[in-house]
Amino acid sequence: MTTRYNLPPRFPKPAPIKEPGPLPKRSLLSRENLLLLLFIVAVALMPVLPTPELWITQLNYIGLASLVALGLVLLTGVGNLTSFGQAAFVGLGAYSTAYLSTRYGLSPWIGLLVGLLITAICAYLIGLLTMRMSGFYLPVATIAWGLSLYHLFGIQEFLGKNDGIGDIPSLNFFGATLNSGREIYYLIWLAVILAIFAIRNLLNSRPGRAIRALRGGGVMAEAMGVNTGWMKVVIFVFAAILASISGFLYAHLQHMVNPTPFDLTYSIKYLFMAVIGGIGQVWGAVIGAGVLTALEEGLKRILPELLGSQGNYEIIVFGLMLVLLLQYARFGIWSFIRKWFPPPPTALAPAHADELPKREKPAAGELVLDVRAVRKQFGGLVAVNDVSFQVNAGEIIGLIGPNGAGKSTTFNLITGVLDASAGEVLYRGERISNLPSRAIVRRGVGRTFQHVQLLPRMTVLENVALGAHLRGDFAPQGGVLASILRLNRAEEEKLLFEASQQLERVGLGEYRYLEAGNLALGQQRILEIARALCCDPALLLLDEPAAGLRYQEKQALAALLNKLKGEGMSILLVEHDMDFVMNLTDRLVVMEFGTKIAEGVPHEVQQNPAVLEAYLGGVE
Amino acid sequence: MDLSIFAILVQDGVTSGAIYALLALAFVLVFSVTRVIFLAQGEFVAYGALSLAAIQNHQAPLTASMLVALGVLTFLVEMGRTLLQPELRLHAGRTGAVYAVKYLLFPLAVFAAARLLAPLDLPQLVQVPLALLIVVPMGPMIYRLAYEPLVEASTLVLLIVSVGVHFTMVGLGLVMFGPEGWATTAFSDARLEVPLGAEQLVISGQSLWVVAIAALLIAALYVYFTHTLPGKALRATAVNRLGAQLVGIGATLAGRLAFTLAAALGALSGILVGPITTLNYASGFHIGLRGFISAIVGGLASFPVAALGTLLVGMLESFTAFWASEYKEVLVFTLILPVLLWRSLVGGGHVEEEEEE
Amino acid sequence: MSIVLEIKDLHARYGKVEALHGANLKVGKGQIVTVIGPNGAGKSTLLAAIMGALPITGTATGVVSYLGHNLTGLAVEKRQVRGMCLVPEKRELFTTMSVLDNLILGAYSRKRAGERHYLDQLDTVYQLFPRLKERSGQAAGTLSGGERQMVAVGRALMSKPQLIMLDEPSLGLAPRITKEMFHIISELRKTGVATLLIEQNARAALQIADYAYVLETGNITLEGPAEKLANDPSVIETYLGLNKKHDPPAQPCLSAGATDPQNRPE
Repeated sequence: MTTRYNLPPRFPKPAPIKEPGPLPKRSLLSRENLLLLLFIVAVALMPVLPTPELWITQLNYIGLASLVALGLVLLTGVGNLTSFGQAAFVGLGAYSTAYLSTRYGLSPWIGLLVGLLITAICAYLIGLLTMRMSGFYLPVATIAWGLSLYHLFGIQEFLGKNDGIGDIPSLNFFGATLNSGREIYYLIWLAVILAIFAIRNLLNSRPGRAIRALRGGGVMAEAMGVNTGWMKVVIFVFAAILASISGFLYAHLQHMVNPTPFDLTYSIKYLFMAVIGGIGQVWGAVIGAGVLTALEEGLKRILPELLGSQGNYEIIVFGLMLVLLLQYARFGIWSFIRKWFPPPPTALAPAHADELPKREKPAAGELVLDVRAVRKQFGGLVAVNDVSFQVNAGEIIGLIGPNGAGKSTTFNLITGVLDASAGEVLYRGERISNLPSRAIVRRGVGRTFQHVQLLPRMTVLENVALGAHLRGDFAPQGGVLASILRLNRAEEEKLLFEASQQLERVGLGEYRYLEAGNLALGQQRILEIARALCCDPALLLLDEPAAGLRYQEKQALAALLNKLKGEGMSILLVEHDMDFVMNLTDRLVVMEFGTKIAEGVPHEVQQNPAVLEAYLGGVE
Repeated sequence: MDLSIFAILVQDGVTSGAIYALLALAFVLVFSVTRVIFLAQGEFVAYGALSLAAIQNHQAPLTASMLVALGVLTFLVEMGRTLLQPELRLHAGRTGAVYAVKYLLFPLAVFAAARLLAPLDLPQLVQVPLALLIVVPMGPMIYRLAYEPLVEASTLVLLIVSVGVHFTMVGLGLVMFGPEGWATTAFSDARLEVPLGAEQLVISGQSLWVVAIAALLIAALYVYFTHTLPGKALRATAVNRLGAQLVGIGATLAGRLAFTLAAALGALSGILVGPITTLNYASGFHIGLRGFISAIVGGLASFPVAALGTLLVGMLESFTAFWASEYKEVLVFTLILPVLLWRSLVGGGHVEEEEEE
Repeated sequence: MSIVLEIKDLHARYGKVEALHGANLKVGKGQIVTVIGPNGAGKSTLLAAIMGALPITGTATGVVSYLGHNLTGLAVEKRQVRGMCLVPEKRELFTTMSVLDNLILGAYSRKRAGERHYLDQLDTVYQLFPRLKERSGQAAGTLSGGERQMVAVGRALMSKPQLIMLDEPSLGLAPRITKEMFHIISELRKTGVATLLIEQNARAALQIADYAYVLETGNITLEGPAEKLANDPSVIETYLGLNKKHDPPAQPCLSAGATDPQNRPE
């Protein structure tokens, strides 16, 4: 017997619509800021109190290591790029100042500038070369050039070969000579705290959101207009510069340098620190540097007493602890502590801000998208076979067909994810096929993804603001320095205001400060539409927007799309769900086996025998 | 440079290339089956060579004790897992017995054999298998202890675990072998003199041994991977992990097998270079790294291309050692960059790192 | 009829998103059971959860019982060894290996179990798909979509499964090959294999199946004998007919226009 379940089939369960949390207050004294304040006070008090000299020495090393690990937080933790070569950049900073201040007697501050310049140029060149690499090629490349630089230090006559350079003068800071460890201490920790602020400021900005979007492949980031390759180089240079500063301070703390501390082993240790602390967290870097440095020192003391001095026992314990740590606490120490210090929402939408400039929109009925005989072949397989159709301004066009018909491939040809083998796509008269995604979005084509692609740990508002990446005050891929120095406030206000306007437009306004990962799937799809609207598009491309949605959610989505259409938006949607497109679209384009088999108004199309055959199949 | 020097350099390059080829094969195998970039591969080189050196000095190598210790650890971990899971606990007795044989009895037997045999004057034909018997079983045990709990972790996490394993093994190497370097007895002292124009080219017997054994091993592996079911199963796991699981090839079983082969290739490489170069507890890493780089040149994907990459690295090394010996390391590692770039742009087929949240 | 597979209250989630909200389902020996439903309803998730083959981010809870044994916590390969077989939507072939090697590896677990004639199904597979015999030396990655599909099904048959689960076997196939494939699936029933079939081509699936379930947004909303479901108005409307008001003349069984107000809130 047929069993019909008690639940009305189309309303299986009430959709788990998330309640919007209380609006966060703009408070300077959040727990995290309190922690920062405490940290600064504690750091400041250390040398004043009768702290043993040994502690100060260790704290200095912790500070120096923190600087390097902080760079890795941005590079590896946020940007998902692994580097095994940071110690070499520390070496560049250290050797630059050592050489200039001993050989030519130049001020160490000139040494710092030169060191930073050399590091930046090296990192830029290495970055250009290696950041394009994917997957594991990148970490391996960093091992290779890290070792190369290390060996170079050891064979250069002018750098003192393996003996290095000694008698490096002390730093002079506003008249005070920083001879002892206790004296240079403040400078080191000032650098650490400034680096923490710089990273926090950067992450909480337009380029910062682009950097955070690098995680997860970059297709989404590129579709928002981010030049992901360039952004990778930017964070690589940034991390290298932090390492170089650490090297500069190291040289003037030790008064001598040799190649040893710039070896691969040290690069690996820096990476450990970031991982132990909790990769991707600024506090994680400082904690990791502290724990590892203290641990190493402790092991060096305790182990020989226990086991005798016949071996390098600390490296054994060290390695074992690393393996165990990754097996039992993969997300680092900070992930346990973080619970007590919830960070406040970093980006708040202002009540009012200047409007962003808008592009001129096509008049109703004007030809917006013209797909002309596009073709895509994968080897011998023709996935899209000379498909043509058009979208006019203010129309909703549905591209439908059974699974595997080539709809998504067609969609990817229009959005620039794939290059067409033949044919062309024109947008408002301009050829856009075979352009990169970021060039297409710049022309005003917004898109969503079949599998929702958002940053689950970022707030809804920040996710949506990512869509306005190309509409900032600074150059599209620039504004990094301004963001670090917090000169980007006007831009931020405008972008966040725009994002919050778009959220209101799609009806998600009240969820703006929720983490995007907490939204229900339907809401996440709507979020993607808001994000696409943020680029001020004249054409929206939606890839299976209704897939996996509940009935109510589909209704809400259809209502939203109709509303956008009423505002003059042109929409092309790829869809599998016949019901959904039937009452929504002006025209349907039907594909099967890569070929367009029908086109017309929905009610005609659904009686087309070819369409029926495609959808119903024929077994008899 | 005259012809004879050129010929000697080529000979050196080919010899090192053959060693790197074995290591590269091990890297490719381990990576494609388990996604682990096994940086500790080089330690097996050192362990193999130095264990053999100890046996040749009539001492039972301490690696035999380490094998026992690893075995006990593995046994405890396996039993702990068995007893914690109700479904597995039902058969705890039977599985426990199997584990006891594999992880307790076998290492103890090897240990006893090492103790008994080492003081005797053994032919090399016994010494070498004994050294292998001590070192190779460590491979799957290390996989079980360090990597199996992290089967689903990202490549980065697995890479960092490799660094941890590398540190531990180097540290233990220092404890077991001490800081001094050792060379093992050559397989052959023969020197082949080949007339080459006006001069004589001397080919060392050991070089021939190295190249011949490496070629033989590569051929054997080729047969293994193309003509036997276990070999095909390993390849299948490398090609498509889920597909392999769907036909019943377990990821952990394949992983252990890959690590066993990797340990064997590493230890054998060590035994082959032992007579040519003096090795100490730490030299494995740099040899391993070159093997690794060779594998990368070959793209970590295809076995024959990786083997070609090794020849390139071997040649590069021997020629830079002659022309600019100081820059030997720098050039080997720097010239890798353009190759890497080319591979990453052309290869391209690698899936981006999976997200971890 | 003995029950081969029974699942109770099976939930599956990816991260925070639950994709399957408590499914219950049974497959008997020699029975073809189909699960139909729209894209994104959770059909593939259902099969992956039964096989224990969810991706890394996925977790499943609930009871999967196979031949009376609870499979909770067992790895994919352990389930396969017991005679379950999944032909996933992406096929997961060994693309760089030959067709023959793919098929031989299908029998890997039988060889490991010590069966001497572990390749005895090869002839049967070649009889079912003569094309595979012609292409046995060719790398699986160079085959067309339909041929890959054959390799995937053939590889599954090599293990002599007692339960075979097929995810969209008609995907991307030309109608003639689809027809052939469905014929083969219905032939399999005679050998006593239990089949769980997921198909978007609902009509074809309902024609060969004995029993059917409808899965919508992660819930099983309807179940019953296949021919009953094939005539159920709401099924017709959603999956078989394209719209209620327009009767495609050539397809009379799709024309039932009556809407059940309870089930069709539009």
